[in-house]
Amino acid sequence: MIDLVTTRYTYIVVVLLLAIGAYVMIESDNLVKKIIGLNVFQTGIFVFFITSAYHVNGRSPVVESGGGGGPFVSPLPHVLILTAIVVGVSLTAVALGLVVRIHDSYGTLNEDTLSEVLTDD
Amino acid sequence: MIDTFVPLLVAVPLLGALLAVAAGLLDDRGPPVVAALTLLGQVGLAGWIGSRALLEGPLSNGVGGFVAPYGIELVVDGVSAVVVSLVAVVSLGVLFYAVDDDPGGTAFYTEYLLLVAGLSGMSVTGDVFNLYVFLEISGLATYALVASAGTGRSAVAALKYLLFGTVAASLYLLGVGYALIATGTLNMADLSVKLAQVGYDSPLVLASFGFIVVGLATKAALFPLHTWQPDAYNDAPDSVSALISALVSTVAAYALLRLLYTVYTPAFFEAVPVARDAIVAFAALSIVAGSVLAVVQSEVKRMLAYSSVSQYGLVVVGLAVGTPAAVFGAVVHLVGHAIMKGGLFVAAGTIDDLTGATTVDGYAGLADRFPFLGGASAVLMLAMVGVPPAVGFAGKWYIALGAVRAGTWPVAVVIFASTLLTLAYFALLIERMFVAPASPSVRAAADGGEGEGERPDRPSRVALALVVLAAVVAVVLGLVVTNLQIALEPTIDTLLAS
Repeated sequence: MIDLVTTRYTYIVVVLLLAIGAYVMIESDNLVKKIIGLNVFQTGIFVFFITSAYHVNGRSPVVESGGGGGPFVSPLPHVLILTAIVVGVSLTAVALGLVVRIHDSYGTLNEDTLSEVLTDD
Repeated sequence: MIDTFVPLLVAVPLLGALLAVAAGLLDDRGPPVVAALTLLGQVGLAGWIGSRALLEGPLSNGVGGFVAPYGIELVVDGVSAVVVSLVAVVSLGVLFYAVDDDPGGTAFYTEYLLLVAGLSGMSVTGDVFNLYVFLEISGLATYALVASAGTGRSAVAALKYLLFGTVAASLYLLGVGYALIATGTLNMADLSVKLAQVGYDSPLVLASFGFIVVGLATKAALFPLHTWQPDAYNDAPDSVSALISALVSTVAAYALLRLLYTVYTPAFFEAVPVARDAIVAFAALSIVAGSVLAVVQSEVKRMLAYSSVSQYGLVVVGLAVGTPAAVFGAVVHLVGHAIMKGGLFVAAGTIDDLTGATTVDGYAGLADRFPFLGGASAVLMLAMVGVPPAVGFAGKWYIALGAVRAGTWPVAVVIFASTLLTLAYFALLIERMFVAPASPSVRAAADGGEGEGERPDRPSRVALALVVLAAVVAVVLGLVVTNLQIALEPTIDTLLAS
């Protein structure tokens, strides 16, 4: 157990981030907090990918002239996650834009109040 | 040689989106023209590349000269040729309705073209991470389009869709992560070989399968992961409902097909039979629950939305059963559903504009006033129920046939039951339109209209033409389905052989 915690702690962080993110998204009444939860959830996945690339004593994957010098950390997941982060930022931007629109229309960001207003319409 | 043109399927609408912005700076009428020209080009390109792929076998291109499996590969085989052509044709058709019905500004047409780019990319990509990126591109464009109705309600629906859609795409990404850890590759063809080497019962492979299926099933709106979908379809502008109901979930279901058969392959199902059983059960539940929920709706657009839940259940059941007939049926039903549902949403939007009727009761007596619109939408509804010779029948027939041949006859029973339920809600609507006396709202409009503002007294030519065209295509497609089967047979055999 202790062994697991000391060697695999990044995976525990991943699971925690995913769980916290999902919990906030489901449980929070506030739309902005839901978006924060979404970001935390995505970050969990980012950390998961980055962890998968890690290599004990691995160096940064820059091959010097003449080659050799491994083992290297796998660069592929880093590149993938750069893309995924960009996607995440755009999603957050769109989501916050929608939140602004909702606040303009209904004057509230509380999900319960919102659903009451929507059924009254 | 023709391989090198494959990336244009994604590049043309992307470039069109940029040109639409530029045109919007010069003139307000610019963006719709640019969008129409771009999509016309896209139809030509998809038709050309698609027909070559159908006739001469799969085309593939390593983008930027990076050879697969290291680079991103774009592949057009028979099935993706059909889907990418469907995307091009339907988006061009709906564009005319959008220009006519709710002409948005520059942003609207840019998002529209970005959505086409994302969907085309999803159809032709041969790389699982690239698929995630295109999934998010089309997702982002869809959220913005849903909110483009400008009402607070549409913003709420779009945000709900965004939260669901992003979690779905994230789960898919998590699945890709597990597959990457297991094999170290992202190329679909390469993954199928390496996943087999890792062993199909490895926890990594099973986890990746589970996450990917749940992610894509949410995007395709299977029960109980469908809850974002009725609001999104109901509150979006009419043209956007038509577009996204026809294409977005369709392409997600196509992506599921790609993953199930190109990446995991039928051998995975043989090694892990519970995976197939789970998907069949999940989809069968979706067929029944979607139909039941549709029957109890009083709003027409919402009813059509729940009907989609059930139709995608049918498609996924066809995919999971996995005999050649069932997979072919699933592809036919995907195409047929896109045309029928797109046409029905255009009809519903037009009727809303004409009379303000949005509920089933509001449709009373409509066919007397608008015989062509009513007649064409009745044809589409009957096609959706599965009355021969329409395409709805062909799709269901092949899926049921495949299921019976595979020995999973309960699936055939579910399909039959859902057909009855589909008949129940569409027959109600047809009865309202053709038999019931006109409702006050229709009569008020017929008397010159006392509703909000003035309403046109006849459907616009574009909308009417689209609905009639959809009805004709739905019937003709059902008649030529055997030709399509001959064309798609080699592709489906290859998919199911590995």
